[in-house]
Amino acid sequence: MTRPVIDVDHVTKIYRRYARRRQFATLKSALLGGTLVRDLNPDETFAAVRDVSFQVPAGCTFGIIGRNGSGKSTMLKLVAGITKPTEGHVRVDGRVSALIELGAGFHPEISGRENVFINGIMLGLTKREIATRFDEIVEFADLRDSIDAPVKTYSSGMYMRLGFAVAIHVDPDLLLVDEVLAVGDEAFTHKCLDKFAEFRRRGKTILLVTHSLGLVERFCDEALWLDTGQARGAGDPRRVVARYISDVAKSEERQLAADEAKTRRAVATTTEAPPAEAAPADPPAAGHEAPADMFLATEGRWGSREVEITDVTLTGEDGRPGHIFQSGERIDIRLKVKATAPTRDFVFGIGIFTAEAVLVYGTNTGLEEYQPDDLAGEGEVRIAIDRLDLVEGTYKLDVAVHKLEGEAYDYHRLLYSFRVKSHTKDVGIYRPAHAWSFSPAIRFKPAGQRGPAGQR
Amino acid sequence: MFHNLAQLMRYRALIQSLVARELKARYRGSVLGFFWSFINPLLLLLIYSFVFAVILPNRSPDTQPYALFLFCGILPWTWFSSSLLESSNVLIGGGNLIKKVLFPAEVLPIVTVLANMVHFLLGLPILALFLLYYQHASISPIEAASFPLVILVQLLLTLGLTLILSALTVHFRDIKDILSNLITFWFFATPIIYRIQDMPVAYKWLFDLNPFTHLAVSYQEILFFQGPFGHWRWLLALAVASIALFLFGYFVFDRLRDSFAEEV
Repeated sequence: MTRPVIDVDHVTKIYRRYARRRQFATLKSALLGGTLVRDLNPDETFAAVRDVSFQVPAGCTFGIIGRNGSGKSTMLKLVAGITKPTEGHVRVDGRVSALIELGAGFHPEISGRENVFINGIMLGLTKREIATRFDEIVEFADLRDSIDAPVKTYSSGMYMRLGFAVAIHVDPDLLLVDEVLAVGDEAFTHKCLDKFAEFRRRGKTILLVTHSLGLVERFCDEALWLDTGQARGAGDPRRVVARYISDVAKSEERQLAADEAKTRRAVATTTEAPPAEAAPADPPAAGHEAPADMFLATEGRWGSREVEITDVTLTGEDGRPGHIFQSGERIDIRLKVKATAPTRDFVFGIGIFTAEAVLVYGTNTGLEEYQPDDLAGEGEVRIAIDRLDLVEGTYKLDVAVHKLEGEAYDYHRLLYSFRVKSHTKDVGIYRPAHAWSFSPAIRFKPAGQRGPAGQR
Repeated sequence: MFHNLAQLMRYRALIQSLVARELKARYRGSVLGFFWSFINPLLLLLIYSFVFAVILPNRSPDTQPYALFLFCGILPWTWFSSSLLESSNVLIGGGNLIKKVLFPAEVLPIVTVLANMVHFLLGLPILALFLLYYQHASISPIEAASFPLVILVQLLLTLGLTLILSALTVHFRDIKDILSNLITFWFFATPIIYRIQDMPVAYKWLFDLNPFTHLAVSYQEILFFQGPFGHWRWLLALAVASIALFLFGYFVFDRLRDSFAEEV
């Protein structure tokens, strides 16, 4: 096996934070004692990268994914040599060009032309090399008309394009890319991707830090998943991305559950007034009485509690309770109810709202002409929705049990939320089940070659 | 450290183009543009001449014409003080480069010093014109030969100081404010507006510790005063000290280098 181009060996990077006062204290001792580095004792340390090892063979396109603050950019800076590891070793062969911040060295007052030269020299080219590539750079950045204007007059897009053009024309053996594709417009992004593809064809190595998982899946030969500075997975990009997505979903799930619990606790504390007393005058949407305007009401719970909804769970296709569902998936809404006294007058209802509290759908057993007969003790109500045909987003849920003429036993207003995920970034609220078809003269490329936004 | 120092030679082209950029950018947008490099020292000279010829007349016969005497000291002083002041901020100001680009940080203070040196060199023709105008030229060949040496010593001294200052300012930002006051004091503690002979004898040893004293006196002896360049022993001592300071400065800078990307 050939020697890898990048060899990151058990690397740890610890950032230190110093308190103000300490700096003053050490200025003197540092100057007098001459123990400049050792005396700067950190008050707080924070490991941005912890014991990460990986190797990138020549010609490989390697993706690093992870949440914000997971150490991706630090890793890239370590590979670029901008910062040094606290522990471990980083070895990199060949000429490196780091697209970490485009146009980082540009001086606003001087022309694009002069900046190209200076930036190129900073990135390790000679004047002659730049001169021979100059036209190509300007062409790539699409700045022929304004190359002689001061860079401060450039739009941010022009600035980025020029920065990218210079960095990419350094002709590095190893290209480090940090999320720079997010800046340009569509056309420029494609241009960049084409350039990356050309790089790959020429057997150059690319290290890519990105949030665009589709890019990693399509583009990378290998991927590394960093989480709070540690490597959580490495290898085949599809597998790593899939694990990453399921982990993100899990933590989102926890977040939603925690939010929901918080809302319910808040409501519980305002509704604990003894039901025998007169309805509390003040707390809105809480207590015995329904609020004056149902549709303006925020989260809350009210009703006489003669019949009580004791628990609400949403279950997905796998039958496990959760808060995150795929669009088009089957979900069940289960209500546990308890009647303190048997009753023959009851209606169960649900309402689904968008995060902006727009009613998506509402129904109840009364509207659907179920005739109540008897309700006693405890029981479960299940509403099965065969296809959750909603577009991606967060939705809220009303559940209620009330009398036929409307008086509430137990009304839970927007107390539950769930998130719908989708691979398709379509818009609106409702996604009718649909299919496209085309006459033979209209052709599309076969699936799989479409962009990350396409249906998988 | 010496490895890095050798590496520095590879960045000549970078330093060169950054100095050029610095000079270009400084006057970009102004009407007079590059002429400011000439006009600035002239105006400075006018102000000092006015103060010390009209308001606080300096009647010492040895320092006539006084404006010329002043100019010999102020011109190099401006190079020195601007370099120190600017370099204290140069790493923080260039944070983007240090954090986002693999970039030898020492290039930044070096560029500051060199850009200011170019301004100094551009002031020299004006000084020469004045020397001709006052028919004061008394520069012997030996003095002419030692003039570049004085500049070289000042360059090394300034580089050493700016390397230390720029590196320390990253960690102790107070230096910036302390420095601007210190520079004012330093100016008056240096024989620029007065002669070295005018200093109180009791404190002469103290003044001798001030490295810029010897530079100012050297400039004055070479350019202004008649007679041989008598201060050369001090200058040689300072040259040795400056080399040591430069190496020490580079050492400090090199030791702190890895912390810049985090602290800037």
